[in-house]
Amino acid sequence: MPEADVVLDTTVESHFIPRPFRVLRTKRETHDVFTLELKPEDGSPLSFRPGQFNMMYVHGIGEVPISISGNPAKPETLVHTVRAVGGVTFAVRSIHRGDILGIRGPYGSVWPIEAAVGSDLVVVAGGIGLAPLRPVIYEALARRQQFGKLILLYGTREPEDIIFEKDLEEWRARFDFHVFVTVDRAIGNWKGHVGVVTGLLPKASFDPANTLAMICGPEVMMRFTAMEFLKLGVDPAQIYFSMERNMKCGIGLCGHCQFGPYFVCREGPVFPYPRLKQLMTVREI
Amino acid sequence: METLKPILSQHPFFKDLQPEYLELVTGCASNVRFDADSYMFHEGEEAGHFYLLRTGNVALEIATPDRGPMVIQTLGEGELIGWSWLVPPYTWHFDARVTELVRAIALDATCLRKKCEADHHLGYELLKRLTVMMEQRLAATRLQLLDVYGTNA
Amino acid sequence: MIKIDLQVLGTLVSLLRKDGFRVLGPTVRDHAIVYDEIRSYEDLPIGWTDEQNNASYKLVPTEGKSLFAYAVGPHSWKQFLFPPESPLVRSRRTNGSMELSGAQQAPHVPLAFFGVRPCELHAIAIHDRVFLEGPFADPWYKSVREKLFIVAAQCTHPGGTCFCASMKTGPRATQGFDLAVTELPKGLFLVEAGSQRGSEMLIRIPWHPAEPEDVSEAERLFSAAATSMGRVLETDGLQQRLYANLSHPRWDAIGHRCLSCANCTMVCPTCFCSTVTDGTDLGNTDAQRTRLWDSCFTADFSYIHGGSVRPSIRSRYRQWMTHKLATWVDQFGTFGCVGCGRCITWCPVGIDITEEARLIPEQTPEAQPTSQ
Repeated sequence: MPEADVVLDTTVESHFIPRPFRVLRTKRETHDVFTLELKPEDGSPLSFRPGQFNMMYVHGIGEVPISISGNPAKPETLVHTVRAVGGVTFAVRSIHRGDILGIRGPYGSVWPIEAAVGSDLVVVAGGIGLAPLRPVIYEALARRQQFGKLILLYGTREPEDIIFEKDLEEWRARFDFHVFVTVDRAIGNWKGHVGVVTGLLPKASFDPANTLAMICGPEVMMRFTAMEFLKLGVDPAQIYFSMERNMKCGIGLCGHCQFGPYFVCREGPVFPYPRLKQLMTVREI
Repeated sequence: METLKPILSQHPFFKDLQPEYLELVTGCASNVRFDADSYMFHEGEEAGHFYLLRTGNVALEIATPDRGPMVIQTLGEGELIGWSWLVPPYTWHFDARVTELVRAIALDATCLRKKCEADHHLGYELLKRLTVMMEQRLAATRLQLLDVYGTNA
Repeated sequence: MIKIDLQVLGTLVSLLRKDGFRVLGPTVRDHAIVYDEIRSYEDLPIGWTDEQNNASYKLVPTEGKSLFAYAVGPHSWKQFLFPPESPLVRSRRTNGSMELSGAQQAPHVPLAFFGVRPCELHAIAIHDRVFLEGPFADPWYKSVREKLFIVAAQCTHPGGTCFCASMKTGPRATQGFDLAVTELPKGLFLVEAGSQRGSEMLIRIPWHPAEPEDVSEAERLFSAAATSMGRVLETDGLQQRLYANLSHPRWDAIGHRCLSCANCTMVCPTCFCSTVTDGTDLGNTDAQRTRLWDSCFTADFSYIHGGSVRPSIRSRYRQWMTHKLATWVDQFGTFGCVGCGRCITWCPVGIDITEEARLIPEQTPEAQPTSQ
């Protein structure tokens, strides 16, 4: 099992102080999800690896961990997709073009794209979970010939909750990328799949003996999806989750994000399934 | 229908069914086709058949007054529709609208129920397979119920 | 090894102050021995001992003039290296721009700790590992820690809830100090240097060489101390036993007693969890981020949208105890517990970590779920 590679800048002072980034553009994805495009005030691009996150600071309100959702090959523009679920993210929702946010990062472990070279790569996203996966999809498409089949299974609640519609349309138009979208429920004029995302797995044809799976979404969805992969014969060590926990510092010092022995901000958020399997059976760990 | 036996034997639902039972089942089978946007059946109608989809797509819907028809699941190639034919009073609990032209094997419910009563081994073989499918549907439905993508905010 | 008396020990304090150190050490306040600024040796708690047990602490005067005849009190040294409240970041918003700067300031005055017990030396070493040796270090901790002068006090009077011998953190320290003092009866102190700075300090005070019988008396006191600890904790296989019993019914029993008051985390010398709060001025121009001590026992410690991951007190106690005695080993290579006993003494309902650890069974009983 490959170790997740993390690129860290250990300059002592800088990791407590956010860098100012100016909002270039805001885009409403759904009623509670929006994407921000940001540029660093000091001009120095934020290089990151897919799977990593930043701590996003709103002046006077607070900080939240948000996955980076943009293209790693274009770090000059920092892209974050945010769902409004609490104090800080509600404030982010009211952000306009020209406003400034503080950014600390990038932190965390990365999607193991190197380990997927030569295999089929199946990406399974649930809800807002598509956001932390979009960077690895961009990268896989940029190096398409290095992988076998490339498959995206994306499930969300209702058709109105689908994010990244433009990307999905472009991806579906490709012959070398199989994209399946499903919703938990729909009204009559939805012409696509209805049902849980796990139900899409048997329809996607990939070689279980030579597949790497990257899964991101609500924990319940990730657990059930992993079960389906295991049922089909995929090696547990080839399944990866992106976990989420309360974070106050993002750098392994505040203790909040602990999940068993792991700091989700440091050993995660991307974890290989074997590390999580036992922990996920213990309630309230 | 003689010609349907090989088709039935290849359908995932009948995998590994002993030849003599496959023979019995074939006796209740017929080939059917439904055009896109037609309804295979409606809620409340008698469940006279169950269907093994060979090609096409079907949306299972429940009609609501305010939001119109709500699709609760879509099914496609290789999947099975319906177990209401086994449970009295043998009526459908939802509508099945064809979203993509469907070719299917229709299995006559009355015919099959009679044969299952006469030979319980056949009944057991069918129920074994149906239970697996029901378990998967139930698990999926429960996951849908959890509304995991909701915010709880 | 040299020998001095109480007076000379007092001059050590004066020398440190003269050198510009702010000397912090034990002193009596509010019927307890706490750590605060020591201006002269008169501030030191002479002639006291303590009686500690579950949920109970009592300071009792002794007959003699002993200086260190008590164990540790509710304070630990972490409040000086990792302050309960410290400013982190300042944000100033003006005309469409935002200036972000660090609000932490390196203190001008170096600190000297006087009377650090061996368990506490280990606790400081544990915090060094957390705050200095990870991928991200704390700059404030680093600047204070570099200049810190430590006068350790070897333990000859284990407390009612102490178990440093079990955790192999005492009663005697061999490293991690500049000077170490061992109190002998008759008002004498053996002093050894543990660093260059310590040796240089010793040259400046009058001393006698220690006699062999002084040294053997000290050894006798240490042996006696090691075998008269208030508590015992078996550490062999402890981590595995805890991992194998995460669903044991004992956690339910503790969950019913624990108030999740967070006392244990506040008095514990190795707890390091923190949170950050935000404040602004009325015009929302100047905002500040402040780091505060936090505790895994609070209900919203593990809050993510939708709810807390650990809503029950049972799960929060389990988190604290398994962190201290199991996951800490995976994270930092040592136990997080140094056997100081504070959590036992200061728990209002008297939960005893050593008792709970003992009651976690050897084998996974058949009745347990097979989730392990």
